Amino acid sequence: MKRLRLVLWGVVAVVACLFGLFAFQLSRPKDDVVVSAMIGKPMPQFDLKPSVADRPGLSTRDLMDGKPKLVNVFASWCVPCAAEAEQLAALEQNGAVIVGIAIRDRPQDVAAFLQAYGNPFTRIGADDISEVQLSIGSSGVPETFVVDGKGIIRYQHIGDIRAENIPQLLQELRKAES
Amino acid sequence: MRTFLALLLTLLAVPVVAQDMLPPAPYAYQQLDDPALETQAQNLMLTLRCLKCQSQSIADSDAPMAGDMRHQVRTRIAAGENPEAIRAWMVERYGAYVSYKPEVSASTWPLFVIPLVLIALVLFVLSQRLRRRA
Amino acid sequence: MIAELGLAALWLAAALAGLQLFAAVIGLIGKGDDAEGAGIAGLVRPAAIVQALLCALSFGALLLLFARTDLSVLLVATNSHSMKPMIFKLAATWGNHEGSMLLWVSVMALSGGLIALVERRLPVRTMIATLGAQAFVGLGFYAFLLFSSNPFARLAEPVAEGQGLNPLLQDIGLAFHPPTLYFGYVGLSVAFSFAVGALLTRQVTPEFARVMRPWVLGAWSFLTIGITAGSYWAYYELGWGGWWFWDPVENASLMPWLAATALLHSASVLAARDALRAWTIMLGVVAFSMSMIGTFLVRSGILTSVHAFAVDPERGSFILALLTIYIGGALVLFALRANTVAEGERFSILSREGALVVNNVALSAILGIVLLGTLYPLLTEAFDVRVSVGPPYFNPVGAIFFLPMMLVLAVGPMLRWRNDRLERIRWSAIGLLALPVALAIGLGISLKIDLLPLLGMALSASVAIGSLMPLRGRALRRVPLATWGMVIAHFGVAVALFGMSADTAFQKERLVAARVGETVQDGPWSITLKSVEPVAGPNWTAIRATLLASYDGGPVQESHPQARSFWAPPQDTSESALLTRWNGQLYTVLGGEAEGDRWQLRLWWKPFVTWVWYGGVLIALGGALALIGRVSGDLKRRRAQARNIERRSAGDPLMENPA
Repeated sequence: MKRLRLVLWGVVAVVACLFGLFAFQLSRPKDDVVVSAMIGKPMPQFDLKPSVADRPGLSTRDLMDGKPKLVNVFASWCVPCAAEAEQLAALEQNGAVIVGIAIRDRPQDVAAFLQAYGNPFTRIGADDISEVQLSIGSSGVPETFVVDGKGIIRYQHIGDIRAENIPQLLQELRKAES
Repeated sequence: MRTFLALLLTLLAVPVVAQDMLPPAPYAYQQLDDPALETQAQNLMLTLRCLKCQSQSIADSDAPMAGDMRHQVRTRIAAGENPEAIRAWMVERYGAYVSYKPEVSASTWPLFVIPLVLIALVLFVLSQRLRRRA
Repeated sequence: MIAELGLAALWLAAALAGLQLFAAVIGLIGKGDDAEGAGIAGLVRPAAIVQALLCALSFGALLLLFARTDLSVLLVATNSHSMKPMIFKLAATWGNHEGSMLLWVSVMALSGGLIALVERRLPVRTMIATLGAQAFVGLGFYAFLLFSSNPFARLAEPVAEGQGLNPLLQDIGLAFHPPTLYFGYVGLSVAFSFAVGALLTRQVTPEFARVMRPWVLGAWSFLTIGITAGSYWAYYELGWGGWWFWDPVENASLMPWLAATALLHSASVLAARDALRAWTIMLGVVAFSMSMIGTFLVRSGILTSVHAFAVDPERGSFILALLTIYIGGALVLFALRANTVAEGERFSILSREGALVVNNVALSAILGIVLLGTLYPLLTEAFDVRVSVGPPYFNPVGAIFFLPMMLVLAVGPMLRWRNDRLERIRWSAIGLLALPVALAIGLGISLKIDLLPLLGMALSASVAIGSLMPLRGRALRRVPLATWGMVIAHFGVAVALFGMSADTAFQKERLVAARVGETVQDGPWSITLKSVEPVAGPNWTAIRATLLASYDGGPVQESHPQARSFWAPPQDTSESALLTRWNGQLYTVLGGEAEGDRWQLRLWWKPFVTWVWYGGVLIALGGALALIGRVSGDLKRRRAQARNIERRSAGDPLMENPA
């Protein structure tokens, strides 16, 4: 009898912990982003063909020229990518070097997109089957990576860049310089 | 009230998901010629999580990214890579979240210890409740 | 007007639930001996009955609003559309959060009313306590509806057109899947109330088990049907041929089912042998807890699921509060009353109850595994680590307990209560245990299939034969209905297990980009793409393929998979087409257009896959038969008793005048 009672209070304790966990999870916003596990690791080997006529393509070597860069993973068919154009332009004005990886995109669509929203990119590689996207652990568009001069991934920003994210990204770029 | 409603309606309307115009990757919807390799690929794809979807494996999804991941799996299997090596490659990029097959690690050991405790508990309860035939 | 009427009825019903609870509390405190207390306690039954009628009225009002597509009601405007077929307009009533909660309380009130109306076997005090518990649980859900999910809320100005319903949900299978599950969940709330009632009055008796059993049987049959239908819906609607994904929402419906299955069997032991008292109470509480936890997980959105439904964290908090009050309350009550539920004697290994104990322990362990695997990602997320737990975990770990349970299931039903003689069953038992071993070795050598489907197939043969053993040597006409129910349900388990294993082991997938006129092979089928043409439905347009399929050179059958575009709200879906044979299904899906005038086709030959759901239907049918058998048996007994009393009082002068 004593044992049954002990077991039952044990059950009550476990259930209390479970409900506590539920309450804790309810109390904070659900976090649906999948963070890349590649931060701190070198950019994988790739060599992407140019996406548009007036910008060269992108390869791993281009990211190892000693200067930190923003790698913007985007697509013309993605609505938030258009929304962050303004912020990318601001970053460019602040001296950031931005290269682009266009995901599953036709050249004419990318060209029209850049025409409409501006072109902050020095290079744009075309990733037609998301190969590079997969290899850097990016799970959607838009995402922005900070890569240092040796080609090491230092930071990942998921989703569109808002005005309030700009200082953070600039700071990460400066950190990557040292 | 009317503005509230208009706001509500825009929130509730399911937007047409922006979709790319490119055809799917070659091996997104195409099987490997060797049935044994295709089975290997299929078994692996069933246990990799589609990152764009709500809780579906890449073998069960029409999302373009799932198709691109299937392409990766099939081409790598065809190139002779071991399925578990491909899983490890994915986990290296996306963390354990991408794999439906948890491995024993610092964050997952209870998943494996608790079933052992359950086995012990089952045997204990049975030994308490059952006796040999009188 | 109708909306206001529905809302008023709902408020009145809630008030009556309050009255019912109040009267029950007075009745229980008053010990029933002072006249005033007894008078108030006498209100419990009528309150339950009127409450049921009011809830039915309220739900009827909502149905009517949806049938008329009354766009001045917020719920109708956001979930229906004037162009929808009538059946889906009605289904939209419960295809949303508020409506489904109203359905939930309505079914709960109807169950309470039914108990109040017909149940006469339990001691009066236990009855009052049970209905009081039922009212207490009901009140929480009334509060939930009235304060945070009012289904009858009006819009200040009616809108011109409704928002439609998710096209994936515009499907006849899905229209009836949620209500079936709710009947199951709510039926378990009745078992919960009985358990709490019995605890409150310390009357955990075989009679209590007998009274509770039909409710568990009913709830369990509905759950079985609900899960079976849900699985079939996911199978043909999601378009990839899978029928069970171990998705959190699927698990949320499986967990109450596992608990109810265990409860069903332990209630049998309690009814027959007056043992497993604490265990049965525990399962009664756990089964309904699982229903509520399931509802919580589905609605709160704290888990990521492909079937996510009516997600809203605020509602999640409300359900969590209800969970804490009811489940926490019941468990604490149980712990406080632990001394009143004596542990029974030990059982012989070789007895019906011995086998049932194994069944119970194994089912509980599987429940533990499913709960662990489902909630574990939630636990790690609290530490900002994200993991996924899927089939590669659930299948093998569940099998550790499932496979031995199947062995016991093969032998158990032919054992007698108390203590069986080994000599009586030795040869059949050896046969039933040796058969799967032999089959597994045979199949394993001749075919190259994975271990789990191999063992599943081998065991299903044993379970099928074992399930029929209780009929051996009996005149089939005189076998009681409840026994038929058991036999059919167990046979259904074998059928479903065989279907799952065979489909897993032998399915043939073919993905092709075919030109019109091209013929492709998939397993024994040869399939020709005859044509692709546009078609239009009431609220969608589609391209439709015509496939000519022939099984093993047999007659040609047509199959019409579609790629559909709905426009209210806009969404693309692929409608698979199925060709069913006795030994499986050909599953065809039309994908997009490919280069060079080709069309993407996804073809699966799925041997014996239909047996998964035939098995599910058999299991539910078995439950229904057992339910009818038990209830009609009880009624017969009641009538016989009444006759006895009559006869005695007529024939025996002493009874007439006991003084």
